[in-house]
Amino acid sequence: MTFNPAILLDNWRDLLDGLVLTLLIWVVGTVLGLAIGLVVATLQLFTNRWVAAPLTFYVALMRGTPFLIQLFVIYYGGPSFGLDLSPLTAGICGLALYGGAYFAEIFRAGFVSVSPGQIEAARMMGIGRLDIVRHVQLPQMLVIILPALANMTVLLSKETAVLSVITVNELTSVVQSIGSTTFAFAETLLFLALVYWALLEIVTAAARRLEKRVGRFMLRAQG
Amino acid sequence: MSEGPIIDVRGVWKRFGATEVLKGIDLSINKSDVTCIIGPSGSGKSTLLRCIAFLEEYSEGEIYIEGELLGFAQEGGKRRRVSEAEVARVRRNVGFVFQQFNLWPHMTALENVAAPLRLARGIAGDEAARRAGAMLEKVGLSARAGAYPSQLSGGQQQRVGIARALAMEPHIMLFDEPTSALDPELVGEVLQVMRDLAGEGMTMAVVTHEMGFAAQVADTVVFLDHGRIAASGSPEEVFRRDPNPRLRQFLQNYFDRNVFWQSEEGAAS
Repeated sequence: MTFNPAILLDNWRDLLDGLVLTLLIWVVGTVLGLAIGLVVATLQLFTNRWVAAPLTFYVALMRGTPFLIQLFVIYYGGPSFGLDLSPLTAGICGLALYGGAYFAEIFRAGFVSVSPGQIEAARMMGIGRLDIVRHVQLPQMLVIILPALANMTVLLSKETAVLSVITVNELTSVVQSIGSTTFAFAETLLFLALVYWALLEIVTAAARRLEKRVGRFMLRAQG
Repeated sequence: MSEGPIIDVRGVWKRFGATEVLKGIDLSINKSDVTCIIGPSGSGKSTLLRCIAFLEEYSEGEIYIEGELLGFAQEGGKRRRVSEAEVARVRRNVGFVFQQFNLWPHMTALENVAAPLRLARGIAGDEAARRAGAMLEKVGLSARAGAYPSQLSGGQQQRVGIARALAMEPHIMLFDEPTSALDPELVGEVLQVMRDLAGEGMTMAVVTHEMGFAAQVADTVVFLDHGRIAASGSPEEVFRRDPNPRLRQFLQNYFDRNVFWQSEEGAAS
């Protein structure tokens, strides 16, 4: 047996396609997940229990079941409910719904971290609910929850690999098929691991920079 | 605008579960009056002020702001809680200054004052900033307009809090122990701003432990005890003449705490 990374070069076009698809799934899934999380957390906190209870159930369901099963339910079980999605659409929706539940929990903790007195002051000045969320709560809580958001984003990048089981041709799926035809498992899987690791480093670096930017009012306070 | 009192509190009760914090408060505040509310901790004075701002929902009675019932609508003898927007409309002319300042830490002093003008009054950014600058100048903080709250002293933060409330051009200002969270040497600058406001004819209700301020600035001093108004009148009447034993004891405690030099003859100096 020899270690032959050239296998990767021979298949660069397939690998690139896979990588692009992985990035697409990850970015779209994360952005949608963030949006779902923010909306869910806001509704949970600022509406009555008739709205909040089903959302709490959704969050518990997504956090309490494996992502793999959720994907199966959406993709294979979906048609039984009239939900006929392509593998890619099902995968992205699945990832967004899964991530959204975790993001909702993170946002909820963030909302609670802003002191009630600040909210009272804003209400007293006649500022509306949504403006309070947008201009008073979000800018402050972002500083606090950014590490948790970045962490969840990294986790989602790795969950994209699960989409290979519903025949989405993302990177893991491409690498597996190269491996099974060339038997170069070590080279391909090592490459795969390195790519996910690179994604982690990119997200972490971006989060650090963002933390400094949004937290400038806190950093200056220390100086 | 009605000719009656700016604030009219009638028979207000406030209960937290089984605890009765306010037990039938009647209080009128007329235009340009400065009313200081004093009393031991737990007497309900902050709760009363928060009820007047509807930061707490009162359990019984009525509070009128410039003739309009606050927080509720009367319907066939029953009262119904009105929407948050309606509450905001009725109290639009009420400014509130908090013990803990409650500035928004991610905004500069100027932004703290300008943001409500933009967000609640729809005033354009430039104009809001101009007005905010003028308000900061009024409280003597023009030079610190670009500072974040954490870069300001407590006294400066509270002056920003006052400027923020003033920028909305309120008809009455409510102060909830505005100097209680401050280091003693910073109390004076905040009281001076409040004195100036009173001098300009601003209607004010102040919950305070600063008896000197109450004695010099107040038109009416109200002594709250166990959720009831136990004494009220001019500073002269309340501080010198009112015989209520709880009031006398409260004032005695205050004097004892603040005496720091006892002369040979035993008189407080």
